[in-house]
Amino acid sequence: MSGAADKHRETFREEANELLTELETALLELEETPDDTELIGRVFRAMHTIKGSGAMFGFDDIAAFTHEVETAFDLVRNGKTAVTKGLIDLTLSARDQIRAMLNPSDTETVDVVKAGELVAAFRELVTGKKKDACPSAPASGKGSPSAQVSAGVKSEKATYRVRFHPARDIFMCGTNPLCLLNEMRGLGNCRIVAQLEAVPPLEDLNPGECYTYWDIILTTDQGINAIKDVFIFVEDSSDLKIDVIDDGGRLDTESDYKRLGEILTERGDLTTDDLQKTLSAQKRIGELLIETGTIEPGHVESALAEQKHVKEIRKERQSTESISSIRVPSEKLDKLVDLVGELVTVQARLSQTAAAGNDSTLLSISEEIERLTWELRDNTMNIRMIPIGTTFSKFKRLVRDLSGELGKEIEMTTDGAETELDKTVIEKLNDPLVHLIRNSIDHGIEMPGEREAAGKPKQGTVHLSAVHSGTSVLIRIKDDGKGLDAETIRAKAAERGLIASDAELSDRELFELILLPGFSTAKNITNVSGRGVGMDVVKQALGALRGHIEIASTKGEGTTITLRLPLTLAIIEGLLVKIADDCFVFPLSVVEECVELTRKDVTDSHGRNLANVRGQIIPYIRLRERFAIGGDLPEIEQIVIIGSDGCRTGFVVDNVIGEHQTVIKSLGRFYRDTEGLSGATILGDGTVALILDINKLVRNAELDEQAAL
Amino acid sequence: MGKTIMTVDDSTSVRQMVSFTLKEAGYDVMEAVDGKDALSKLNGTSVNMIITDLNMPNLDGIGLIRQVRANQAYKFVPIVMLTTESQDTKKQEGKAAGATGWIVKPFKPDQLLAVVKKVLG
Repeated sequence: MSGAADKHRETFREEANELLTELETALLELEETPDDTELIGRVFRAMHTIKGSGAMFGFDDIAAFTHEVETAFDLVRNGKTAVTKGLIDLTLSARDQIRAMLNPSDTETVDVVKAGELVAAFRELVTGKKKDACPSAPASGKGSPSAQVSAGVKSEKATYRVRFHPARDIFMCGTNPLCLLNEMRGLGNCRIVAQLEAVPPLEDLNPGECYTYWDIILTTDQGINAIKDVFIFVEDSSDLKIDVIDDGGRLDTESDYKRLGEILTERGDLTTDDLQKTLSAQKRIGELLIETGTIEPGHVESALAEQKHVKEIRKERQSTESISSIRVPSEKLDKLVDLVGELVTVQARLSQTAAAGNDSTLLSISEEIERLTWELRDNTMNIRMIPIGTTFSKFKRLVRDLSGELGKEIEMTTDGAETELDKTVIEKLNDPLVHLIRNSIDHGIEMPGEREAAGKPKQGTVHLSAVHSGTSVLIRIKDDGKGLDAETIRAKAAERGLIASDAELSDRELFELILLPGFSTAKNITNVSGRGVGMDVVKQALGALRGHIEIASTKGEGTTITLRLPLTLAIIEGLLVKIADDCFVFPLSVVEECVELTRKDVTDSHGRNLANVRGQIIPYIRLRERFAIGGDLPEIEQIVIIGSDGCRTGFVVDNVIGEHQTVIKSLGRFYRDTEGLSGATILGDGTVALILDINKLVRNAELDEQAAL
Repeated sequence: MGKTIMTVDDSTSVRQMVSFTLKEAGYDVMEAVDGKDALSKLNGTSVNMIITDLNMPNLDGIGLIRQVRANQAYKFVPIVMLTTESQDTKKQEGKAAGATGWIVKPFKPDQLLAVVKKVLG
């Protein structure tokens, strides 16, 4: 539109230049024939057009200036003052002045002083002849109906009763009342009743006249001015009555509204006397009033419409107030989850019993219960889900404050704020995320100068994103800073004795070293991060949430830290296995496959715990040995293969039973620190199964291996 | 299906602005430079609305409104006049002559369209 606006300005400039030329000619002619009204009219119109169009195309100064000249010529036009040589001179200089203002490039500067003098001279001329001097401001457009419409103040929803009684000859000025009624409908919820009592019989009817008037009940948040604006063109000629009948206040909680009789008397359609008279008879008041001919049927209809409308509006308001969300203490939710957990357990028992028996009725009931329980479980879990966005916004502030403190320029962007996670997960995630973001800001992003030297934008970016991935949520903290230096980490780790100085480690393994306790590569310890307690705390916190941490980094380009978290903590899908008589549960999300392990396989691998799965060598851990369970080995054992931290590890068990809905119960105080177990669950038959902490088991096995070497 | 609006103004720039705005909004536009021109262009052509300036040579806005209203074919056509605030008497005169509404100059395209919508429905 700005291109169009420029075009319009250009057209105006050309036009104004033409007008000024014409004005000059007209003025010179006028000097010779000062009484020529046609010429005076031309001068006036030229001024008028320059003023009116000028203001429209943004030449406000010209409009203001020309207004003075126009005012003077208005007097001349109306014969209140005569054309004198002085006036002509003055107007000619004014014309030159306007030209200068119009084409600022033609002259060096616009002579403001001269403009002021001219304005003063014109004013003097006007006030000399006319008492009520015109204000100097040009038309500002206030009072334009559409301006009022656009400035309509938003307010609380209110309900108005409008009676619009147009003049009978309203059609004669081209007004279509239906347009106005439609405009009313556009303002909000609207009910219109036409009052037809004045419509004459057909033979007397003049189609060019308007006999009808309207009662309008409107609920709108646009305010009363918006309603007035609808009728602005007809308000002088029409009867317009606007009353507020419901101000949208929250105080009147009842949906009841005034009785019909009250409405009618309030509107002045019915006198109180008549009302009392009618009320004494026991019948519906509306019918009675019409029967007795006390008032017009249309009035009753309209009043009834009002009654119904307000009742509906109030009812709606109540319902919108009540459906909005409710606050529930989180303990209640936790309790609910607990109960659902119990229910899932009982349901498992029921299924087991039903499957064991031969009762088809019980079986079908059990299946139905199973379906309902799962649905209940999903819904309950869903209630506990909250979007992670609230946490994200807290970090924005953190980034802002920290970057200011460190003199770095950092922008934080977020993605996936709507991703939902279990409430407890989000709460426990806060501290690890703070650590990671601090690290990114402190170690990752360089000072603005360094960044520029490295050819990067001066402002660093920390991108925080959350995304669903299967049954887990991935949270990424990505910065475009200097990245991790694998060699520095190696040197540091060797120095601290965390690795052997000649250990061969992949970049990825090296990066994971920073998660170990007591590791910090920051050369100076700042109060932001770098005490070497951060990353292992992060790792621990994530472990408690059954989450993993992955680090990827390219030197000079930045670091991405990915946190993989389970959607919920309370109930997981598990794989139930058996060793001797004990049951164990693997989180199903990490299980990749199950394969058999025969005695022959074991002898083939010469005592090393390695299995050959489709040509791939997979190390395995004998859980029987790990947990020191006695008893005889079965002929064929099973390996549950777990994909964890990017490598595959097998766990040897006696028997794989199958999938199991696992309600996680935390272990008691005595067992809480047991390594390799993350919790317990109760099986259908009431026995306890232990939930395996896969990562811990793998890590411990690795440590044992290293110790053995 | 497009509605036709006639814009009458002796100022090319105003005419152009009005016409551009209306065309953008999907109306067909007829232009006339003054009242006399408007009457000759109307001459039986059907228009849905007229937007006219008041101060024009040959035949001014008030005169145009009177003559249009006198014509049976245009008796009910909405006519909106462009006025300036200083012309309050003109506004009354115009209404008396049968103008439907008015737009106060200067106005913005949105305001013009709001009034057109109000009057044309």
